[in-house]
Amino acid sequence: MFIAASAAIIVAMALTLIRAMLGPTIYDRILAVNLFGTKALLLIAVMGFLTDRPEFLDIALVYALINFIATIAVMKFFRFAHLGHPHEEDNLGDL
Amino acid sequence: MAIDILSWILIVIGGVFSIISAVGILRLPDIYTRMHAAGMGDTLALGALCVGMMLQAGWTIVTIKLALILLFMFFASPTTTHALARAAIAGGVEPILDEDRREDRRLGDRSNRRENSDNKESENRRNKRGIDRRHNPGESS
Repeated sequence: MFIAASAAIIVAMALTLIRAMLGPTIYDRILAVNLFGTKALLLIAVMGFLTDRPEFLDIALVYALINFIATIAVMKFFRFAHLGHPHEEDNLGDL
Repeated sequence: MAIDILSWILIVIGGVFSIISAVGILRLPDIYTRMHAAGMGDTLALGALCVGMMLQAGWTIVTIKLALILLFMFFASPTTTHALARAAIAGGVEPILDEDRREDRRLGDRSNRRENSDNKESENRRNKRGIDRRHNPGESS
């Protein structure tokens, strides 16, 4: 049953990658990469159960943290072209 | 035994929902509707799979780690979706409204909507609506 779940997750990852390559705007790509990261987290956890190595869950936990930070950082980078505070006082620094 | 069956059912539900959300992110027309499909994958697929694996693991440290993943994604996923929607609005991506679809249908153009957005007429209409909305922010269009 874990094999079926991991096969489903791999199919979903492939479909998400197609969207990340097609995506007309940059936001579609960011969304697709974010969902791909979530699916990768699930795949790591399921593979840990499949191979009876629950240490994989630590990697999955770290992957969840990094995925969130990376999505926010990429969005901020594409909005401001840098990662620091905005130069103008335009109240958009908390995007 | 009952817990085993329940956990298998939950894991199958999680796999099915992850495929559904991937199909949704591939097939839906614009970024905001795709965000809806992605949110379903973030909550239902992850929740069902994690709860199913927790039932398989029993009362061990593995369950606590899975609960931590679930708790973190419970907060991180809406935050990401909200920030992405705000960034898309600020970046000038217009949502496809029902009015657009009705007018496209009346024009007899049933082809892909992405080609329609290249259409000069619909481009003008969208620009005009954007300006109107900026002048009356309280008014729903």
